[in-house]
Amino acid sequence: MSKQMTVEQLFEMLKKFQEPKGYFFNKDMTMTMPLLENLLVNKERYGYMACPCRLPNGTFEDDKDIVCPCVYREEDMKEYGACFCGLYVTAEVNEREDTSIVVPERRPPEKILGQD
Amino acid sequence: MAKPCNVTLYALSTCIHCKKTKQFLEDNDVQFKVVYVDQLTGDERKEAIARIKEYNPKLSFPTIIIDEGVCVIVGFQKEEIQEALDI
Repeated sequence: MSKQMTVEQLFEMLKKFQEPKGYFFNKDMTMTMPLLENLLVNKERYGYMACPCRLPNGTFEDDKDIVCPCVYREEDMKEYGACFCGLYVTAEVNEREDTSIVVPERRPPEKILGQD
Repeated sequence: MAKPCNVTLYALSTCIHCKKTKQFLEDNDVQFKVVYVDQLTGDERKEAIARIKEYNPKLSFPTIIIDEGVCVIVGFQKEEIQEALDI
């Protein structure tokens, strides 16, 4: 079994891939580090890095839309300057003093199973 | 001093906005119940989801339900919380 990745390793790895594409980590590290930590918690729990701010169904097939980076990120960043959980923001948002933005949920609720 | 309300915070144990909301309620001495929906299974999970959906059809977190839906706050909305609970 491979050694679990540390938060710092995840930070460096994602930063390298995401920032050149315009997806910047929120400069507010009281947001970013716990979010990354919880991505690792979800990887342990479910086997994949489900968005920490959404309710996973528990199987990759049913949650692939919310595996980070989620399929809703691009539209959210275009419209609000941040993704739903606030891990990624635009360069413009990172220039503000306060980078906290409330992004309304775009995932259709039908995607959450077990609600009948 | 916070108004005496029946406050339930529906949250996810991994969600930063939920954590900040919980901290904000605690810092303001609000009495509330927290339900971590990601830690529920079976009927408990179904019931919690059904209740949240009744007040917040998008089923997103955190959802705060005050006095059986007199007020519902979705997301970490400090000002809305302050106004609703008079804090």
